[in-house]
Amino acid sequence: METQKVTIKNKTGIHARPASIFVKAASGFKSDITVNKGTSKASAKSLINILALGLAKDSELEITASGDDEKEAVQTLVDLINSKFGEE
Amino acid sequence: MKKGIAASKGYGIGYVFIKKPEEIKFDCNISENIDVEEEKLKLVNAIAASKEQVSRIKDKVETEVGIEEALVFESHIMLLDDPEFTGAAVENVAKNKICAENAVQELIDTYTAIFASIDDEYLRERMADVKDVGTRLLKNLSGEAEDELSGLAENTIVVAHDLTPSDTAQLDKSKVVAFLTDIGGKTSHSAIMARTLEIPAVVGMADITVAVRNGDLVIVDGIKGEAIINPDEETLNRYRTIKKTYEAEKKQLKSLVGKNILDKNGNHIEIAANIGSPDDISKVLENGADGIGLFRTEFLYMDRETMPDEDEQYASYKIVLENMDNKPVVIRTLDIGGDKRLKYLEMPDELNPFLGYRATRLCLDRPEIFKIQLRALLRASVYGNLKIMFPMISSLREFIQAKGILNECRAELNTEGVPVSDSIEIGIMVEIPSAALTADELAKYVDFFSIGTNDLIQYTIAADRMNEKVSYLYEPMHPAVLKLIKMTIEEAHKQGKWCGMCGEMASDEAAIPTLLEYGLDEFSMSASSILNTKKIILSNPDYRIES
Repeated sequence: METQKVTIKNKTGIHARPASIFVKAASGFKSDITVNKGTSKASAKSLINILALGLAKDSELEITASGDDEKEAVQTLVDLINSKFGEE
Repeated sequence: MKKGIAASKGYGIGYVFIKKPEEIKFDCNISENIDVEEEKLKLVNAIAASKEQVSRIKDKVETEVGIEEALVFESHIMLLDDPEFTGAAVENVAKNKICAENAVQELIDTYTAIFASIDDEYLRERMADVKDVGTRLLKNLSGEAEDELSGLAENTIVVAHDLTPSDTAQLDKSKVVAFLTDIGGKTSHSAIMARTLEIPAVVGMADITVAVRNGDLVIVDGIKGEAIINPDEETLNRYRTIKKTYEAEKKQLKSLVGKNILDKNGNHIEIAANIGSPDDISKVLENGADGIGLFRTEFLYMDRETMPDEDEQYASYKIVLENMDNKPVVIRTLDIGGDKRLKYLEMPDELNPFLGYRATRLCLDRPEIFKIQLRALLRASVYGNLKIMFPMISSLREFIQAKGILNECRAELNTEGVPVSDSIEIGIMVEIPSAALTADELAKYVDFFSIGTNDLIQYTIAADRMNEKVSYLYEPMHPAVLKLIKMTIEEAHKQGKWCGMCGEMASDEAAIPTLLEYGLDEFSMSASSILNTKKIILSNPDYRIES
């Protein structure tokens, strides 16, 4: 199992566009990937649940993956969030 | 006259068509007579039909508008594929023996409730996407194929309580000249799409749907955020003229996008953009900038608790370089000082922060901070056409020191086996008079100059433009300022180097003719000023568009 903490930096948070990019990237990995925000949890491969988490700027998350490509999965998703998905 | 929030600039004069709210009636009951397999099949088919419809809308938007705007429909398709969304509805049908419509309605209701509890307003508004998909599913289930918004007459003004992303995407621009809604704000989907489609719109009007009747003649002013219902002849004529003028000017400016400007010797005059973050890129590309003449990097450092690390910086630089293709991107290193507090950086209390410990002085004193940025820049350099610029250089010594640290970073990265571009131009901002006055010496060592007129003028005239009592002294066209600018450009050219300008003066109509005369090679400004600047330059017969 691989886990990393990351903070949302996008000014407008994770709305439909970054969420889609995030979910698309997550779906490319074999591992099971979960996103934890406080006590809420969501599968990184489910768009509706990622949107429903309401990830605004400064939200602190924990991304956890479990599977063959767990390290790569978590790192890719963390990098994506840090790159602010090309937004402000 | 009704007022609302101006959502999309422009004018529309036409006849009202009121779009009725979606009221999809379905009457299936939770009963033992539900054929689960049949309901599941109905739902699965509706999901497939919805996917196909949204795909078509996505393609239409992609070709007619752009890839960015089409992405929201990509998210709709993903929702339709999401096992925890539509998948959950299908399971619901099987488990609870309810009809497909009820399952979808429950889905919409569940998520409406969840989204309603999201604090952040912008994110909460994204609920519109979920509703759009849900409504589409229900429509497909009830067999309602007819779309109200197709088959409209010309010069229609669509009036609705709200317009979903799908609704807006399908507006036929040749028929719909504007739209008005009761609810929504500048960041609603419909507003964003309206701006991209360039359909004038006013939103958040509260009760426009009951203030008008089908067929009413309305003037929509998307700039002021007003709608005039059944105007008199005089008002109508006035607006017809305003509209005509506005559209002609817009067309003329648009025709300049991506056009290269040449002087009488066939040399290209670069018109570039200043940006404050990667978010500004879309405007840069939209306005056809020749490059980025100033990428301010302070956004990476402000409003946060900790220093931005190398990876985070690298990601931002990379994205901008990639998006600009091979067009030049001049990135300015950290230009911060005592006037802006950073929580994580100890900065002295100074009486005179603008003459103090800031920008490159700070970076040279804190090389560990400087190196993080420089390493990130060097790593990103392989993704595009990077040029690095040091701000607030007052002497050659500072430049040599800064370049020394840059070279150290390059050597480190080489040892680490990290690829770095071989052709990175290194230049300086000329904003301190001593740099302009010794431009002859500096020009031998730098690859380029970029004149930062905002500060150059202030330091030269010793007047703060923000100080009402003395701001009248801040004069871009002061002979002393012009002398310094001329000197800087000429000394650069003597050494075969280019000289640009990234201060406000570059887009100043009064200054442009003089700057052209001095031989300024690059004018960099806010993206929204680019087309107007091109227009100004072209009004001089010595300048032409490259054919």
